Amino acid sequence: MTTYADVRHHPDGSTDGAEAKDPRPEPTAPVTPPATDGWTRICPLERLTPERGVCALVGGEPVAVFRTRDDELYALHNLDPFSGASVLSRGIVGDLGGTPVVASPLYKQHFALDSGVALEDDSVAVATYPVRVVDGVVEIGSA
Amino acid sequence: MLEPRTVVVVGHGMVGHRFVESLRRRDTEGAWRVVVLAEESRPAYDRVALSSYVGEATEDDLALADDEFHADGLVELHLDDPAVAVDRSARRVTTRRGRAVDYDELVLATGSVPFVPPVPGHDLDGVFVYRTLDDLDGLRAAAETATADAGAGRRSGVVVGGGLLGLEAANALRQLGLSPHVVEMAPRLMPVQVDDAGGALLYRLVSDLGLRVHTGVSTSSIARDHRGGLTVTLSDGTELDASVVVFSAGIRPADALAREIGLDVGERGGVLVDERCRTTDEHVWAIGEVAAVRGRTYGLVAPGYAMAEVVAGRLAGDDAEARFTEADLSTKLKLLGVDVASFGDAHATTAGALEVRLDDPVTGTYSKLVVSDDARTLLGGVLVGDASNYETLRGFLGAELPGDPMSLIAPAGEGAVGVGIDALPDGAQICSCNAVTKGALVDAIASGEATTVPQLKACTRAGTTCGSCVPTLGKVLASCGVEVSKALCEHFAQSRAELYEIVLATGLATFSEILAAYGTGHGCDVCKPAVASMLATLAGGHVLDGESATLQDTNDHALANMQRNGTYSVVPRLPGGEVTGEGLIAIGEVARDFGLYTKITGGQRIDMFGARLDDLPRIWKRLVDAGFESGHAYGKALRTVKSCVGTDWCRYGVQDSVGLAVALELRYRGLRSPHKLKSGVSGCARECAEARSKDFGIIATEHGWNLYVGGNGGFTPRHAELLASDLDTGTLVRTIDRYLMFYVRTADRLQRTAPWIESLEGGIDHLREVVIEDSLGICASLDEQMARHVRSYADEWAAVLDDPDKLARFTSFVNAPGTPDPTIEFVDHLGRRVPAGMKEGQPTDLGSLGFDTTPAPTRIAGPTIPVGAPA
Ligand SMILES: Cc1cc2nc3c(=O)[nH]c(=O)nc-3n(C[C@H](O)[C@H](O)[C@H](O)COP(=O)(O)OP(=O)(O)OC[C@H]3O[C@@H](n4cnc5c(N)ncnc54)[C@H](O)[C@@H]3O)c2cc1C
Ligand code: SF4
Repeated sequence: MTTYADVRHHPDGSTDGAEAKDPRPEPTAPVTPPATDGWTRICPLERLTPERGVCALVGGEPVAVFRTRDDELYALHNLDPFSGASVLSRGIVGDLGGTPVVASPLYKQHFALDSGVALEDDSVAVATYPVRVVDGVVEIGSA
Repeated sequence: MLEPRTVVVVGHGMVGHRFVESLRRRDTEGAWRVVVLAEESRPAYDRVALSSYVGEATEDDLALADDEFHADGLVELHLDDPAVAVDRSARRVTTRRGRAVDYDELVLATGSVPFVPPVPGHDLDGVFVYRTLDDLDGLRAAAETATADAGAGRRSGVVVGGGLLGLEAANALRQLGLSPHVVEMAPRLMPVQVDDAGGALLYRLVSDLGLRVHTGVSTSSIARDHRGGLTVTLSDGTELDASVVVFSAGIRPADALAREIGLDVGERGGVLVDERCRTTDEHVWAIGEVAAVRGRTYGLVAPGYAMAEVVAGRLAGDDAEARFTEADLSTKLKLLGVDVASFGDAHATTAGALEVRLDDPVTGTYSKLVVSDDARTLLGGVLVGDASNYETLRGFLGAELPGDPMSLIAPAGEGAVGVGIDALPDGAQICSCNAVTKGALVDAIASGEATTVPQLKACTRAGTTCGSCVPTLGKVLASCGVEVSKALCEHFAQSRAELYEIVLATGLATFSEILAAYGTGHGCDVCKPAVASMLATLAGGHVLDGESATLQDTNDHALANMQRNGTYSVVPRLPGGEVTGEGLIAIGEVARDFGLYTKITGGQRIDMFGARLDDLPRIWKRLVDAGFESGHAYGKALRTVKSCVGTDWCRYGVQDSVGLAVALELRYRGLRSPHKLKSGVSGCARECAEARSKDFGIIATEHGWNLYVGGNGGFTPRHAELLASDLDTGTLVRTIDRYLMFYVRTADRLQRTAPWIESLEGGIDHLREVVIEDSLGICASLDEQMARHVRSYADEWAAVLDDPDKLARFTSFVNAPGTPDPTIEFVDHLGRRVPAGMKEGQPTDLGSLGFDTTPAPTRIAGPTIPVGAPA
């Protein structure tokens, strides 16, 4: 028989009940593929769908990489400053007033892909990273 | 002196009496002799105050005729002797008792008769109308019998009709010791006087006072039950027990005599008269409720009095040119302590009329002013809850206002928040997430900084958080004179509905083609998902197929709902809320194995929170293997069809609500729409499934199903309105098919069904014409589209699991696929596993506030706490 105490009550100050049910291993230290001369190899270019983003791990930081309709590549820090969640790579890509942008999937602010500045509040910006393609492989430099 | 001429007045009601008084006052020479023929057994009384007769007032208090009147030698009053025939050529009236009176002029003031709809049982004992003192005497006697016999347990009364008089009658029943039900066919109370919002408030106020209100239903029958009371059956199957029934379903002009003697009558009844109040016979006049002045009748006393004065003035000759031109249709009453007033053009029917509203649910007041298009002239208004301004306001009718219309209804001081934008003070917060006031928005608009909604969002941050105020931003722009474009966004000049028609007509099947042909630029987070939704309905295919994948919102892209820390929640479909024990176990195991926080949703499903993007395929593999499919909780699509247990288990159920809910959910699952769609099915009028709070709700009746549309919870809760009643299952499903497809076709982006119906010219009546009578001739195409949707449905998650390309999207890092996202962190909050970084808010841990929160003894302890075992 399930009781209130079973399901919801944990000894004071402990989170054992919740943690014990999580089967996943503790997050390991990020396995970042080796960087060569400050550039991190991400993936083959074909892996990037135009007008959509992916998330990469660059020096331990989550970075959103976008390929636009006209085949430009952009990289921004993945953390959405308005929500604090690591989600920008999952936003919708498009343009506003000619500027290529990504819309945060949480609260829908738009970030310029080239500068990282939020269109709704230009005092807020996310870091941008240089991107290049070498032998058909996308590489990201440091911020 | 000449022999006086004779005017015969038929009817000694309020208006007939006023005519006699007025004529006698004007006719100082004594040129007229007045003969009054009255049907009722008492001289004229104040019918407007009729209800006070059940309280303190006596017959004498209500009497209109004073001693002077009775002593007047030129006035003859014959009570209880109605006119039954008129010989117009001989100018002679005959009464029921056989009296014959010759006249020079004849004035018909026979008033109205209550309309009693011919429902079975309308003529039973215990059924009343509410018009005369005799009616009230009968009602009082019946109520006394009923309340004396309290043991019978029947102490209710049912009033049929929720207009002004119906509410008065309900109040009278209450005063007579019965608990009143009011049944109103329209969706709101006092439909003639108040608007929807006023009606909603009125509903709340009178419900709080103990009136039970049933709107949107009609009375099907009245029957004598075996205990001598009455059973009133409503069109939705509800049965009400009643000691008395009072019909207050409107009035009809008492024009029978006029018809018999060949006078012209109006289209909707009433003796046709011109502005002089003269009938087609130049010696016969009609005044009061029986008169149809240029075809229009008036159910209020003031216009009747005005007519009485016109005819009196003409006959006395002191105002021989008098005309009845305009009528003041104002009403004010206090019902059960609730003020209700309406005046002038209360429904804003004047061309270009603007409405200014102040709706304060906290103090329970609602005010609306109708003003001319330049906002300077007062045309009418509605006041509910507080009518103290009524007189002042009426004084301004048709006149130029002294100032801002808002200032006339705003309560003194701060804090008034209205729904009409013009009504809002500058300090009112429009966006409560970001604390943006109307003043700040208006400033941004006035300075030229913002001329569109997106610009307004950008420069004020209003609407950038929860987004629920975005529609209001458009209204603020409009109220500042900025025309709001219907354009979907900067990439498409068309509205969503226009674009839908284009896609439908051209058959274009990709966003790129549509953009190239009809838009500009690259698209954005507004037009992309909107077009994706249209394509899902019109072209079919998986939402993550090819280019479609790039159009989807993150929720549709991940086929799960993103939560505030970037993790997702997962909702398998449980059609109709049904789930087996096995199913529960499977869900439970998934939740346990993936560390998901589970919660039951309002739509009778199970939501599992905290899933990482990269876990979704494994979670869904398990769910799909256990027989579940996507619940589309992430989509602007059909969510759930909630149900009660209906005839399966419930002793009250009249139809199989679970069966229908499951069938509907399976039929409409996966249907993409402008906004989310929710539904519910209740097995009887007790409405346990809360179907009337849904976009389409179905309530079982003895004979079939009632279909309600346009309900929702959320930011602006709305009850659904009755679209059609007593449908058989086939007709019901066909009607819902069309309703949904018509909505998908014509609604704006993110417009739920309630505002959509409101935005249709003609509202729900128009909707009914389109989907039931096929007034636009589009039903065949709507049916065809729905058939295509049903045929092409496939589970989105099963399809993803079968497709390595689609699966590849569900990784944490493209260059480190096995690495979990290190930014995702959970903490324990009062025993719940929640994302780190909870917002500060009110404490919910009662223990920390000093409350005793010792858990109840656990029954698992066995030996110390025997459970159910004999002592
Ligand atoms: C409960 C109640 C509350 C109301 N409240 C309001 C209000 O708040 N504000 C408002 O403006 N109005 C109100 N009204 C409406 C108002 O009472 C009527 O508009 C007004 O009474 C109309 O006057 P009348 O003379 O045309 O008709 P009546 O007052 O109905 O008088 C007609 C008379 O003619 C008699 N008659 C009919 N046929 C014949 C015949 N062949 N021979 C002889 N006599 C005949 C009838 O018996 C009746 O006595 C209310 C009415 C009711 C019943
Ligand atoms: S609505 Fe309630 S009372 Fe009616 S059938 Fe369903 S569960 Fe029973």
